[in-house]
Formats: sequence, C-alpha cells, structure tokens
Amino acid sequence: MTNSENTEPVAPDLTPDENSSQGDGMGEIVNEFLVESYENLDQLDQDLINLEQDPSDINILSSIFRTIHTIKGTCGFIGFTKLESVAHIGESLLGKLRDGELKLDPARTSALLAMVDAIRQMLSCIESDGNEGSVDYSGLVETLTRLQTDAVAGTTVEPVAPAPVSPARADDAEPVKPSAEIDEDMEPIVNEFLVESYENLDRLDKDLIELEQDPGNKEILSSIFRTIHTIKGTCGFIGLNKLERVAHVGENLLGKLRDGELAFNPPRTSALLAMVDAIRQMLGCIESKRNEGDVDYSSLVDTLGKLLTEEGSAQVAASASAPVVENKEEREFVPAAEKVDRRQSTPEEQEEFVAQHGDKRATPDRRKETRGVADSSIRVDVDILDRLMNLVGELVLARNQILQYAPAQADSTFIATSQHLNLVTTELQEGVMKTRMQPIGNIWSKFPRVVRDLSMSVGKKIRLEMEGKDTELDKTLIEAIKDPLTHIVRNSCDHGIETPEKRLASGKDEEGVLLLRAFHEGGQVNIEIIDDGSGIDPEKIKKIALSKNVISQEQADRMGDRELVNLIFAPGFSTAEKVTNVSGRGVGMDVVRTNIEKIGGSVDIQSVPGKGTTLRVKIPLTLAIIPALIITTAGERYAIPQVNLLELVRLDGNQAKKSIEMIQGAPVYRLRGSLLPLVSLNDELKVAKEESDAVNIVVLHADDRQFGLVVEGISDTEEIVVKPLGKQLKGISAFSGATIMGDGKLALILDVMGLAQKAHVIAEHQEKTIVKSSTAQGSGGDRRTLLIFGLQADDRIAIPLSEVARLEEFKRSDVERSGDQDVVQYRGEIMPLIYLKKVLNVRTATEDSKKELMQAIVFTKNDRSVGLVVERIIDIVEEVVTVKRGANRKGVLGTIVVQNRVTDLLDVENVVLAADPSFGVATKAVALAEEV
Amino acid sequence: MADQKQFCTFYLDNHMFGVKVEQVQEVFRYQEMTTVPLAPAVVRGLINLRGQIITAIDLRQRLGMVPLTGDKLPMNVVVRTEDGVVSLLVDEIGDVLEVPEDVYERPPETIPREVRQLVLGVYKLTGKLLLILDSEKAVNVNTGALMT
Repeated sequence: MTNSENTEPVAPDLTPDENSSQGDGMGEIVNEFLVESYENLDQLDQDLINLEQDPSDINILSSIFRTIHTIKGTCGFIGFTKLESVAHIGESLLGKLRDGELKLDPARTSALLAMVDAIRQMLSCIESDGNEGSVDYSGLVETLTRLQTDAVAGTTVEPVAPAPVSPARADDAEPVKPSAEIDEDMEPIVNEFLVESYENLDRLDKDLIELEQDPGNKEILSSIFRTIHTIKGTCGFIGLNKLERVAHVGENLLGKLRDGELAFNPPRTSALLAMVDAIRQMLGCIESKRNEGDVDYSSLVDTLGKLLTEEGSAQVAASASAPVVENKEEREFVPAAEKVDRRQSTPEEQEEFVAQHGDKRATPDRRKETRGVADSSIRVDVDILDRLMNLVGELVLARNQILQYAPAQADSTFIATSQHLNLVTTELQEGVMKTRMQPIGNIWSKFPRVVRDLSMSVGKKIRLEMEGKDTELDKTLIEAIKDPLTHIVRNSCDHGIETPEKRLASGKDEEGVLLLRAFHEGGQVNIEIIDDGSGIDPEKIKKIALSKNVISQEQADRMGDRELVNLIFAPGFSTAEKVTNVSGRGVGMDVVRTNIEKIGGSVDIQSVPGKGTTLRVKIPLTLAIIPALIITTAGERYAIPQVNLLELVRLDGNQAKKSIEMIQGAPVYRLRGSLLPLVSLNDELKVAKEESDAVNIVVLHADDRQFGLVVEGISDTEEIVVKPLGKQLKGISAFSGATIMGDGKLALILDVMGLAQKAHVIAEHQEKTIVKSSTAQGSGGDRRTLLIFGLQADDRIAIPLSEVARLEEFKRSDVERSGDQDVVQYRGEIMPLIYLKKVLNVRTATEDSKKELMQAIVFTKNDRSVGLVVERIIDIVEEVVTVKRGANRKGVLGTIVVQNRVTDLLDVENVVLAADPSFGVATKAVALAEEV
Repeated sequence: MADQKQFCTFYLDNHMFGVKVEQVQEVFRYQEMTTVPLAPAVVRGLINLRGQIITAIDLRQRLGMVPLTGDKLPMNVVVRTEDGVVSLLVDEIGDVLEVPEDVYERPPETIPREVRQLVLGVYKLTGKLLLILDSEKAVNVNTGALMT
C-alpha cells in the first residue's frame, strides 16, 4: 500500500524529521560535497573568464552549467536551501545563455562571478560552522533574476522554486548536442564523468546487495538514487541519450522504492543490477569507442518499466508513464513512508528477465585491455603521502650508508645488490616525490579572475597568458607560493601595465599582456611573471628609496640600474604613490621575497623602462630532500644547500696570501674584478682554526648579496634529508637543521641567510658592505660607533656615540635666555645650548637655521647636561677610526675618513668648556683624543 | 594504600635522580655525538637515534655540577617532553623504582639553586634520597639568552 503523502512535492524547508535522519551519515556526504565543490569553483572562475573572451564557446558554457547544476542538486539533497537557491538562479541564467536565449555580457559575467563568490562564502560557512551562514544573498538572487528576465525569452524563473530544472535542461541540451558521438572538446568532461561514474557504479553494486538484505534502509536507497540521478543528469547533458534512458527508468523505479510505494524483491534488485551492468557496459563503450555502443537495451527498459507499473496503483502508473522524470526533485528524498508492500513477482517474469539480461552480466570487461580511466587514478590522503615521503627519506639515508660501506666489501654479490638498491631507491624517491607533485596550473587557475577583476576596477585592458601550466612542484610549495604569486600578479596589473590611453600614446597595443610562464630548469622550478607595461624607472626607484631612507645617497650613487630596480624588494619600500585597494594591502614586495626565500627560493626582477618587467621566481622542486654541498671545518661536516651556492674557489699557498686583501681588518677577495667579502666559517662558529696553506672559498649568495665562506675542506654534493633541530637549538641562526650522513653521523645544515646576517654581510645598516668594499684606510685601529652630523649642507662631523646621551629636538620657541646663554627646560633641569656653528666658526651660506625644530645632541657629564645644536643628524656608523692628527681648527680633534668621506672628529669636551667654562668637567680631552 | 609511583632512576655525582617512568622513551649507553658550535654549553651535541635527530643535554652541567671526570662516558636517558624527544646525559642508569607517596617531601631550601629549580621533590628512601627531576624544565634551555 502506498502513502498518499508522497505524491506531493515536498516543500524546500526540511522537516525536523528529515534533519534528524541525516544524522552522522550526512557528515561524510557534506565533506565530500565541500571538497568537490571547492575544486569545481576554482574551475568555474576560470571557465567564466574564458567564456567572456569567447561567449560562443558552448563547451565552456556547458561545463559551467554542469558544475552549478551539480552543486545545486547536491545542496538540495543535503538540505542547504539558501545555497541551492543561489545556485538555482545562476543555473537558470546559465541555461538561457547556453540555449542562446541570452548573450553573455560583462554585467552577466560579473553577476555570475559574484554568484561563485557567494557559493564559496557559503561553503566556507558550512565547512566551519556547519550551516550556510547568515549573509543575505537576496540582492544577488535579484540581480541574477533581473539579468535573465531582461531578455527575450518568456520563461520566468521563480528564484527558490524547487522546479524540475534538470530534466528540462537535459532536454534542452539535445538540440545543442544531438549526436551521441562525443565531441572532442567534450573529452575532459566525458573522462571526468567516466571516472566518477565507475566509482559510483562500484558502490552501487554493493549498495544494491546490501539493500536487498535490508530493504528498509533509507540511507542506502537515497545514496543509490542520488548516484543514478547524477549519472542520468550528466548523460542528458553530454548527450548520451541511450544511457540516459536506462538510468532514467532505473531512477523512476528507485524513486518508488525509496518512497515506499514499492517494496524490494529479488526481481527488482536483479533488474537494478542489470541496469548497473548496462550502464557500465555503455560507459565501457564510451571510453573505448566514444559512443554508447549498439547494444539494444529496450528490453531492460521495458522490464524496469514493468516492474514499476505492475503495481497498478493509479498515481504510480501516471508518473511512470510520463516521458520525463517529474518527481525527480532532490527534495523528494523524504523517506516519509516506511510501509513496505511486499510484492511477489511471478516466476515467469524472473525467467524472462534472466533470459534477457543474464548474459549482459557475463559480458567480458572491455576495460581489461587498457587500464580504465577509473582504475588509473586514486585519491590519497596527504598525510599518507607525507609519511611515505618521510620513510623514503629514511630509506635514502640507509641507502647512503650502505653505499659508503659497500666498496670496502670484497663480496661482489653484496656490491651488486647495493648497486641495485641504489637504483631502486632513487626511482622510489622520484616516484614518491611525483605523488606529491601538482601542476602549477592549480594555483594559476584563479589568476584569470584576479586579473579580470583588477583590470575592470582600474580601467585597464589586460590579457593573461599562461605557459607551462603543467609544470609540477611539491604540494606544500604550491601552497606556499600561492600568496606571493598573487601579490606579484596584482602588482603587475596595478603598477606594471598602463592604462589603454597611455599604451596607445606610447605606440603599444591597447591591451596589455601579462604572461605567466613556468618551467623546470636545473632542478628548480622557474616561474616568470612578464608584463609588457611601463617597466620600472630606476631613477624613480632611487628617489623613492632615498625619500624613504631605504638607502643613503652614497649607496644610491653606487648602485647600478638593476640593483636599483631590485630595491622594490627592500623592506619599507612601496612604490605605490597612492595606496590603492589593489596592491596597497600592507603587504610589500619585501614580504613576497621573504616568503619565497623561506621555502628556499629566490626572486629577481628585470625591467626595461617602457618595455616591461620580468619577475623571475625560482623555487626548489621539493623541500624534504635537497641537494647540498658537504664541507668540513674543524673536523665536522656541514651541509650547504645548493640553492645558495654560486661557485667554489680554491687558492693555494702564495696565491692565497697575495689575493686575499684586508680592508680595515675585513678580508676580501677579488673575484673577477669585484670585491667579495670573506667570512671565515671557523670564526663565525667560534671553532678552532687549523692553519693551512690553501684557502677554500665557497661563494654563496644570500639576499642578493654575495660573500665567500672560507672553509677548511670541500667534499662532495649529496642529496640530504632535512631534519629539524630541537627547540634547544632553534635560537642559533647559523643552522637551519641537520641531516644524517652516509656513515650514520650527523651534519648540521648551514643557514646561509642566518650566517650572512650574523657575519654582517647583510647588515641592518646596509652601509656595512659598502664600508667593507670602500677604499682602504689601512688596517688596525679600533672599531668605534660614530654619530655623523652636519652643520652645513654638505659637511660631516663625527662624534663618538659613547659621548652622546641623547638626541633631542627642540622647538625654537622653547628656547629661553639665562644671562648670556640660550637654555631650554629639559627633564626638569635647565640645559644650556651650545650652537656648534658659532663655536666652530662655520659660516652658513644661507640663513636656513631658522627652522622651527632644532636638532640637539645632548652631552652629559657629572649630572650636568648641555645641548649641542647642530643642523642635521646624518647617520650612525661603525667605523675603524684612524685620526690624522694636527688638526688646526679649534674644537676639532682631527680628521678621519668615514664611508669614503672626509669627516671632522669633534673635540666634545673642549667645545663644551669653551662655550661654558662653568661646565665643571675634568679635562679629558687629551684622553679622548688618545682613545680615538 | 597510598599511591605508588614508578620512577626511572639514574645517578649524577653520586646522587640518585629519577624521572617518571612514563616520560622515559628508552635508555642506552654512550653514543657518539655531533657537537653543535654556538650552542649553549649544556647542549652536548646531537645524537642520531634511528634516523631521528635528538639533542643531548648534559645534566651535570645543567645542575651546576662538576663535569664527569676520567674517561667515564655518560649514558643516555631519552625523555619525551613538550619540546620533543631529548636525551639527558647521566653518569649511570639505575633501576626502575616503585616508591610510596608518603615518603615524598618538597625539596629543602638549602640545596643549590640550580638543583632546586629542577627538582620537583624528594623521596626519602631507606639509605638514600631520590630526587625527582623536572624534565620539562631541565630540557628548557634558552638559547637566546646564552648567545651573544
């Protein structure tokens, strides 16, 4: 007996009953749905952009339609009504576009993209909170509705109606795809469909059997129904009519069974299994021959139909005779009735059935010849891959140990076996690494959208081209470069490519081209972001860098164009004249570089003003196993990652003595004309040094600077497995990890960046390297930190920083007079001011000292302070000071050379005494001079 | 019946120390270590424990005791801590002891500060005292402060 409730379409709102019936079993379905949908959405973004370029491309449109349809269908099934309503309205619009009723224009594309965003937003809500979130999308729904009613067609779409959209679509699709032969462009879709369907069919077999055991299990029934429904829907869409018909009657039967109108019995189960086989057979044909095959399934369809109609119930008969599915809305999944009607099928019927279909199941599996699509891919948990990777790392170590041990053995079998082990391990390592590889296209797929949105918002025309989408790299690296790459792409669109007017004015094509290129080279992945925009003007960079104090004037003068351009990666530098919402997000290019270097990569920029800019990112293929150079120093081995390595230089005896020169105590080596600062690893690690004639220099680069690391011995390059150091050693910047060597002993991995910083090759004050490479002042003398200030436009005077208590700024209006002296109130005291200009008899060409703020150096002695008023504070430097005595000026101890500039050294105490004899200080001027 | 607790014991300069048996992963004899330049003095080096790299802490040094003299080599007590697996270098490894709670006492105030900081308490056993080491604190070596 049937339950009359079932004939009514069920309202979109889920009854509490239903909610509870979803239970935990739903959790898995929801997760699967999320994963699938996220993948689909990424694809969608790209498809929509492509579609805008070529609105007539029916394949893309169909693919989009299908994606949204799937999302919609699943939502309805799970009960996400809000999400469904958005997807539904989008689907309607897409359907019209596909059928040619409407044309795709930017407004529609934007609305569709907004829909994708809305879906994504809801998905993330579902992922985190388990519900669709509280955002109101009715505006979007309205927009989408308006955009489709604007057009000719008279079809009105109810926004949230659970209308039987998909069958209608499937029918609509037929004129577009009348032939069952598969279009070549459809290939990817069909393959995907095949994979999906095979998976589903395997489950179906199992489900059907289980169901026969336990006919009341609604969960299984719903799952089966959903599977067949999906297959049916997709078939209709691709244009596989025969397959669709079979799935369709099957679905009808399943619908009845689910609703409790019919009961399960062996003939029905057999018929359904036969249907599964038939579907599988057709899929096999599709895979091998690209059509559905010429087997006639009409008897199967009849049987399924008969099993459905024999019940004789009026409403059942009515719905079953309908040519298209009417009750197929996913919402009808309410398993309202449990009532089971045990229907006995006649023996004849069964016999007939077997006669008709029994042979089908015995059909030899065609897929055995070539491996089927479904068999050729498998989803694996990333954790398992990570574990595999670790194990392979261990194996590589064990292999290395055996290889080291093998040559000492006389046993030739052992040697041969170890060679074999070597080969297998290498292949295994490559193989496992490959499993973690993903094409870079995965992250690129979102860039068309980024570029489109950006170019729209800034009024530019930009065409994005991509080369080498298939270039693969490790999954973790893919994740890591996603954000930096996005930032670079944004930057290129925002700053690189000009507006159409500007482009036309400079004789370029109106449309700018942004080219993304990825390729493998030298064991690394190269990613280039090339634009044909305005390029970067080194002069402009120089000005900005100077104004932002990123570099000093002296440095700027010395820098070549390329160095200047690379300044955009310097911290505190942002060329955006105005902060736009596009790239002015508080993330500078310095962060981009830091992030890329964090994963062992490097970034370089080259630019031709007026022609364009090329950004080149190089990253390693993988992180866990890296090639490294093994060096020895003080009896221990250390590994230097190959990425940092430039070249090796070996100097013998006399050559070493001659070619290593000292600049103020800092050794340098002339490498092809330019000075290479040398850093002794022994000194940096504070380990004993062994005297030897030869000098081994490992030329390294870190943060765009080169330096030579002097080590005692250089061994070999080796693939090493990076292992982290314990927390106790994390604070040592010189090491980035450790590795196990072939002999089982450990070697520390040098952190070249950390080492360079420690050795001040990359100093906080970038002056440092320039100081080192400046002309020699002769060695010897102590390093002192000096404060450099000026009294005129271009003079330089130094005072030892140790003499300076503070640097202060005073308003001119705060200056008061006490007797014949200018004073200010300073920290509750009265502090006399000394105008150094007067004391040193500096004549100012222009009377510019009337600035509102005065710079003063506070000098404190015996609890008394005095402020030395100067014109400007220039810098603080660390310098080896050698005084040329015999200064003939009052108040000046002598002249020194700081940063290549002649600088006067101030005789602080005498200056103070001269101006204020009451300043009761011991006369230590001489001592100071000697000290200096 | 008062709680019985199990401790893995070891000796340092003739004192008996113990750590909770659950915290101990394994013990083994001296193994060659790779010294780490620039590391704090209490870090004696790195040990390759079946492919895992663990830090070895010189417990004598950590507790402010004189270094092990002669050619005696320290042994390893590998403990699991929040900061990962760490090896504690000790003079000698003792038995696993089951001790009753009622002989427990807080460490006396008079013992050297370095020791008191790392000792959770003392069990007064017949004939000797069992000092319970706070292994979390013992392996918490602040590299930043010790480096210049």
